[in-house]
Amino acid sequence: MTRIAADAGRPVAVRPVETVTAALGALLLGSFLLFGAGFAQPEAIHDAAHDGRHSFAFPCH
Amino acid sequence: MFGRLVLAAVTAGVLAGAAVSVVQQVTTVPLILSAEVYEVAAEAAGHAGHAAAHAGAGFGFDAARVGLTVLTNLVIGSGYGLLLAAAMLLIGAPVNLRRGVLWGAGGFVAFTLAPAFGLPPELPGTATAELAARQAWWLAAALTAAAALLAAAFARRPAWVIAALAVAALPHLIGAPHAEPVGSLTPPELAARFAAVSIGVAALFWAVLGAACGALMSRLLPDDAR
Repeated sequence: MTRIAADAGRPVAVRPVETVTAALGALLLGSFLLFGAGFAQPEAIHDAAHDGRHSFAFPCH
Repeated sequence: MFGRLVLAAVTAGVLAGAAVSVVQQVTTVPLILSAEVYEVAAEAAGHAGHAAAHAGAGFGFDAARVGLTVLTNLVIGSGYGLLLAAAMLLIGAPVNLRRGVLWGAGGFVAFTLAPAFGLPPELPGTATAELAARQAWWLAAALTAAAALLAAAFARRPAWVIAALAVAALPHLIGAPHAEPVGSLTPPELAARFAAVSIGVAALFWAVLGAACGALMSRLLPDDAR
């Protein structure tokens, strides 16, 4: 609860560069993993991920 | 910071991916294997299809196939975990295990329910529209829904919430790409069960992912997110 007092008046959107960079890096890495597992179409990737894609309801074929 | 964020996100993703792998093997995967039997049979009867890629895979226990599916689930779990953890960090609101479940519910609505509204989870052998169009619609429905939920939960101006909800409604007003109903290779009873079961499994996945992400991210938020 002390955090709320310490953060009072600080705009939510303004964060240190390091935090924003880390979050954007994680967004990129996560998107890359999801693209590979859920969307990429090379046959080997498609066949390996096939059952997982159907189970997670990614458009597959 | 990046290392701690990735560690928390991937740990949560691996937990959720592992949990869902067990449940899938007794829920969605048996239905996929059943559908492939119909698909392979239809191909043998002279129909065109993509069953060749899976021919013979639907019979008996296939350790390599199960292993690859588990690996896929861990990658999907880590991917969604990274998106969820990054969103938590960017928003900067305090999180814990219970709040994490709410974040997970949001992920479920954005990445499972919203796309499923136009493109229901489908079995192999289902008649479908062109893949790229469906992938694009899926992405549009999921990302606009995610943005709308974040706006509804955290935006300070009602105008932003209304605008985000309007944008999220667009993919549904335009409509998802669908094939002409020419008849699928798989029986509709099987397809209906698959749609229901996979949405249920996804709900479990997102509950575990959200809870784990919330618990692990509580160490990074709000202390480090100033």
